[in-house]
Amino acid sequence: MNSSPYAVELLDLHKSFGKTEIIRGANLQVRAGERVAIIGPNGAGKSTLFNLISGRFGASSGEIRVNGKRVDGLTPYEINRLGLARSFQVSNLFTRLSVFENLRCAVLWSLGYRYAFWKFLADLRDANERAEEVLAMIKLDRKRDVLAMNLTYAEQRALEIGITIAGGASVILLDEPTAGMSRSETTRFIQLIRDVTEGKTLLTVEHDMGVVFGLADKIAVLVYGEVIAFDRPDAVRANTRVQEAYLGSTLADAQAATAGV
Amino acid sequence: MTTQANASRAAAPAQFSFKPYNVGRVVVWGLFAAVLACAPLLFTSNLAATMLSQMGIAIIACLSYNMLLGQGGMLSFGHAVYTGLGSYLAIHALNAIASGTLPVPVGLVPLIGGLAGMGFAVLLGFVTTRKSGTPFAMITLGVAELVFAMSLMFSEFFGGEAGVAGNRVSGQPFLGITYGPQIQVYYLIALYTFVCVAAMFAFTRTPLGRMLNAVRDNPERVEFIGYSTRNVRYIAFIIAGFFAGVAGGLAAVNFEIVNAEVVGAARSAAYLLFTFLGGATFFFGPIIGAVVMVIALVMLSELTKAWLLYLGLIFLLMVMYAPGGIASLIMMNLRVAAFGKLRRMGTSYLALGATALVMLVGAAAMIEMVYHLQLDMGVGPVVHFLGLQLNAHSLDSWFGCAFVLVTGLGLFELSRRQFAREWGEIQGEIEKEIKRREAL
Repeated sequence: MNSSPYAVELLDLHKSFGKTEIIRGANLQVRAGERVAIIGPNGAGKSTLFNLISGRFGASSGEIRVNGKRVDGLTPYEINRLGLARSFQVSNLFTRLSVFENLRCAVLWSLGYRYAFWKFLADLRDANERAEEVLAMIKLDRKRDVLAMNLTYAEQRALEIGITIAGGASVILLDEPTAGMSRSETTRFIQLIRDVTEGKTLLTVEHDMGVVFGLADKIAVLVYGEVIAFDRPDAVRANTRVQEAYLGSTLADAQAATAGV
Repeated sequence: MTTQANASRAAAPAQFSFKPYNVGRVVVWGLFAAVLACAPLLFTSNLAATMLSQMGIAIIACLSYNMLLGQGGMLSFGHAVYTGLGSYLAIHALNAIASGTLPVPVGLVPLIGGLAGMGFAVLLGFVTTRKSGTPFAMITLGVAELVFAMSLMFSEFFGGEAGVAGNRVSGQPFLGITYGPQIQVYYLIALYTFVCVAAMFAFTRTPLGRMLNAVRDNPERVEFIGYSTRNVRYIAFIIAGFFAGVAGGLAAVNFEIVNAEVVGAARSAAYLLFTFLGGATFFFGPIIGAVVMVIALVMLSELTKAWLLYLGLIFLLMVMYAPGGIASLIMMNLRVAAFGKLRRMGTSYLALGATALVMLVGAAAMIEMVYHLQLDMGVGPVVHFLGLQLNAHSLDSWFGCAFVLVTGLGLFELSRRQFAREWGEIQGEIEKEIKRREAL
């Protein structure tokens, strides 16, 4: 598709809100097809980073490239059209539309229907098939005609992922996909995410270490607006800077707890 | 890409076999056409012909307004700008036809109105649809005021206080149709109404129509699935402007006079209120709203001087107790009926209706006496109300009315509680039934 080997590139990215600098020169290069988990302590700027990449916020300085093209300064829909889709931490659905309609809306642009008002939705074979396909992938077949607002929490999370992947974007950003789910739901959900993002570049923000190690090929550690490590999970675990900044404290806590018993 | 599409097509076999003949839809549209065609045969008076014509126009206007309100979540306070400017362009076109400078049949004048509405929507919508929510509402209000102010400034175009008059019996008659008799105008309006309603319904089934719903529900997410919310709003606004203009053009042909009132705030407010009253959440809601609007404006205003007050009360109660409008009340009861439980509600509805009537009689009598005291004291203190003679100066009348009102209110509250309990029970049963069916 393009000459750049990287699906997502951040070059010396900065973002300030007023006088508070949240992202302080973040650098990251994610190769196409990699699954990356972004971890870091609360307030490290993980969600802000996602909002910058997806165009929700504008960067203060630095560069963002998606599939080799510069996207900083573009609107969310322009970035989406370049092949990047994201999910939200708090489910962001079309509440008064059915599950199927939610998914169909999500595929329309990518199939080239744009703002057509001279075609009937019912006649768009490819859009309907793609929506049904995603419906089956996220296992909501039985809820096809239920309004999104009437779904259970876990179902809403699944639909959130469904809308994100439906358009066939090559780069998927998932912001805490398993937030608020029970242990068993989380396990099932990770498998679902693995299935639906097969062959795509995946970036997730995640707090749950179980999810991180279950889902990611590589881990990026974000601390105070900087990526201090980006490597395979075992290498990140062994990284002393990371241990100090983040994992270390939890590891120490765990050891202390074990020692206590 | 193509192989992938083929593969997925094979994977989902014939799930979307296109149904060429939807019986239910044919019946509904057939009935609609029959009602439009037969209405003037059932109601033959002059007043009826006038009112039916106005209803057709109002239906197009309210449906076009609901494209914004119900389908797009755009609360516009200035829809009369587009119907009104459509009217002005149409009346000028009518005059041009009369003077022989415009070789267009009168039957096409509403389309000129439509193009005018569309043109102004392209121009003004570019500004208004940049924003959504409250800013959108404020900007439409500002634009409406601006246009109304201009209507008083440019009297060559707007005709000043008197307005612009026209004559619809102009140009060459087509197949002997001169548009002289009201009935011919009615059928012109009925034809436009049918085509416009069908077109606007079709719009709800298109990609843009659906994305407009998505923009209403969650504009932020729309931006992350590739669509510019602003463009969706803008294009829908232009389409709504076109249909509004058609309604305005029909009004010009119907009334043969257009004055600044047609772009006024009161007209915009009427579209908003009656679309809401009819029900913005269902496609057919505004049709009900439009019919009620004409009945209210023509007949209620004949019946009582306090008609605006009654309308206000109705809106108040509607917003508080049935925010989905009349259409949602109908749909909720149809759902109960579909589960075979509507009959059980019969007694409750009867009690509710009877007590509400008592309450209304008490309230209306007092309202009429107040209006009488304020406006009609010249003819004496006696108010004729439902065959009764009430003395607005006697305490007896006031106490009597207050007694009726309070009794009605008390009984209404009792039957309302009973109704709410039964309604809740039935909804619970329906939920259970749905769960049971889902589990099958």
